[in-house]
Amino acid sequence: MRASLFITCYNDTLFPETGRAVVRLLERLGVELEFHPQQTCCGQMHANTGFRPEAFSQARRFVQMYKDAETVVIPSSSCVAMIRDQYPGLFEELGDEKLRRQFAALLPRVYEFSEFLIDKLGVDDVGAYFPHRVTYHASCHGLRALELGDRPFRLLARVRGLQLSALQNLDRCCGFGGTFSVKNGDVSSAMLTVKLEDVLATGAEYCTALDNSCLMHLGGAMHRQYAPMKTIHMAQILAATHEEPAG
Amino acid sequence: MSAGGPPILDPALAPPFPVAALPLLRNSQLRDNVAHATDVIQAKRARVVAEKPDWQALRAAASSMKDEALEHLAAYLEQFEDRCKAAGGHVHWAADAAEARRIILGILRQEKADEVIKIKTMTSAEIQLNPFLEAAGIRPYETDLAEIILQLGNGEPSHIVAPALHVNRGQVREIFSRTMGLPGLSDQPEALTAAARQYLRKKFLTVPTAISGANFLIAETGAVVIVESEGNGRMCLTLPRTLITLAGIEKVLPRFQDLEVMLQVLARSATGERMSPYTSLWTGVTPGDGPQNFHVVLLDNQRSPILARSTDRQTLRCIRCGACMNTCPVYRQTGGHAYGSVYPGPIGAILTPQLERLRHAQSLPYASSLCGACYDVCPVKINIPEILIDLRARVTDQERKTFAKFFDPMYLGLRIANLIFSRACLFHLAQWKARIILQFFTRKDGWIHSLPGMGAKWTETRDLRGLPRQTFHQWWNDREQTTREPGAR
Repeated sequence: MRASLFITCYNDTLFPETGRAVVRLLERLGVELEFHPQQTCCGQMHANTGFRPEAFSQARRFVQMYKDAETVVIPSSSCVAMIRDQYPGLFEELGDEKLRRQFAALLPRVYEFSEFLIDKLGVDDVGAYFPHRVTYHASCHGLRALELGDRPFRLLARVRGLQLSALQNLDRCCGFGGTFSVKNGDVSSAMLTVKLEDVLATGAEYCTALDNSCLMHLGGAMHRQYAPMKTIHMAQILAATHEEPAG
Repeated sequence: MSAGGPPILDPALAPPFPVAALPLLRNSQLRDNVAHATDVIQAKRARVVAEKPDWQALRAAASSMKDEALEHLAAYLEQFEDRCKAAGGHVHWAADAAEARRIILGILRQEKADEVIKIKTMTSAEIQLNPFLEAAGIRPYETDLAEIILQLGNGEPSHIVAPALHVNRGQVREIFSRTMGLPGLSDQPEALTAAARQYLRKKFLTVPTAISGANFLIAETGAVVIVESEGNGRMCLTLPRTLITLAGIEKVLPRFQDLEVMLQVLARSATGERMSPYTSLWTGVTPGDGPQNFHVVLLDNQRSPILARSTDRQTLRCIRCGACMNTCPVYRQTGGHAYGSVYPGPIGAILTPQLERLRHAQSLPYASSLCGACYDVCPVKINIPEILIDLRARVTDQERKTFAKFFDPMYLGLRIANLIFSRACLFHLAQWKARIILQFFTRKDGWIHSLPGMGAKWTETRDLRGLPRQTFHQWWNDREQTTREPGAR
């Protein structure tokens, strides 16, 4: 199995450890990974802030870059949601027929990380070992846009040593929302406060998710408040083993 | 408006959302009231929705019924007009708020009315009817409990179903005891509703003219439908001599049969009930029974332009259930007044800018984290996040034409980011530069605690981890090189 890794702009810059974990885990599972050297961003930030032509140019780049890939795996649920929910509208409005056809052919081969494991590889036990108490934050895009359902829970359930603490109000947004966190910083912070209360109440050592953007938001507040909890992308938990613990 | 002053619900005058939100965020009593009330309604809704195995099918049906009505809106409205007139009603067409107000005042003058009783209608709030009537010497009396609280307490609505949702019963007790002269009033719900009933009964029995909104208009029969919980509506619809119904043109449904679906999704979504306690239907005038003089005012007020634009049209499916605001994490923090309109919450964030044709309320499409909870609960499947994003694009396109864009750091930042993302080499250069710059702000613990400019809005409440030494693609390239050269390491 060959897969092309679209790491996403913010993971590349801010969370390289997530990318390294994805590589380690997928290679352990026998996937032959490629990395397109020209990749940058999916265009989500531009689309969601109202910069449609700009978002379109990122979207077109994405399609042209990956149109020949066997599969594309993306460890960020919101970027996958961008591709699934917003690219069709962008191409409808601004694209040409050829681009639309290329996108339609590519779309079924684009997988979010947990989808790739469960749906494409058909594994839920990836041989991971992570002896910690963990709570799972279902990001809005993972929950509602991608409808990941029980996939993340199935993966976490098979991690040896892991104790899962259920998070109350699982469907409630953490308040990040991209540029929303700055444009409406005060409201965003109020939402974060409420969310963090639920997250910390789990008493877990780690809060995990399939989206580093929510984790950056939650983790930023945890660090500010000296909270006894850390954030970690689920790929890093699933890549961890007895021999090589999470780095 | 000074921060903390009375809320302004006129989009032309209201401050931008982030500014209007600030005093509300600081009001912990209000936030507590809103969180408690929305939690209660949400839990009730979740219970009654869960007991319908065909809920998704009901949503799909409701959505397509509204779509059909909107697709042939002119024809259905004319059919409604014909049937309503044939049953003895009068039908008026109002292009905008001013015309609707003039028509209503004309009817009231004809009736020589100096008082009028009202059923809760957000449409009348949309056209700012009450202050207009007062200025014309006619006293409007609200009869919905929440509206009485607001009218007596000089408040503004913060929710379309429960307008006084931001007020708790201690505050209601204070308003009632002050304005009704009841010093010993307790804050028990029974005592409060008894006080309201005393106050209302006199009005119901003496005021011969009423104004209502409409939940639905039925084209097939010319019937008007009102759904309510308290029975005040039933009183207003039956006791007065003259009844004026103000309805947006999007309220029309093709067939009587459509109510089967619509009443189910409305009650369950709005109040978490299987059926609303009072569902009133009437068709024109019945001699000797109920109002003998019945008028319907059909209000356009910028609905036609919304209808004309295909992405916007779904906005007009809205049946005003309020489920989107109950579930919205933004609304939960601020309550409704931050939205500067009688239509708050997610639906308000898309409806108000469209009703204003984006001349005002440009900040509203940004008043959302795009979490999608509103779309999930909407009984007529309005894709609110999609319309929010579309409106943002239109706001940005407005800004592109102005000189002010050169002073907007967000605009400039995103334009530069677009250039950066167009080439990997520029992206990698920007990453390198960002790391050098951010190093000055990164503390020994590896975290950034304070940033200047736009970043300050982040670091007010959260830290940011400093940029790692090596990006992912650099790590990948290093690894490729090591594996390609056998013997190395």
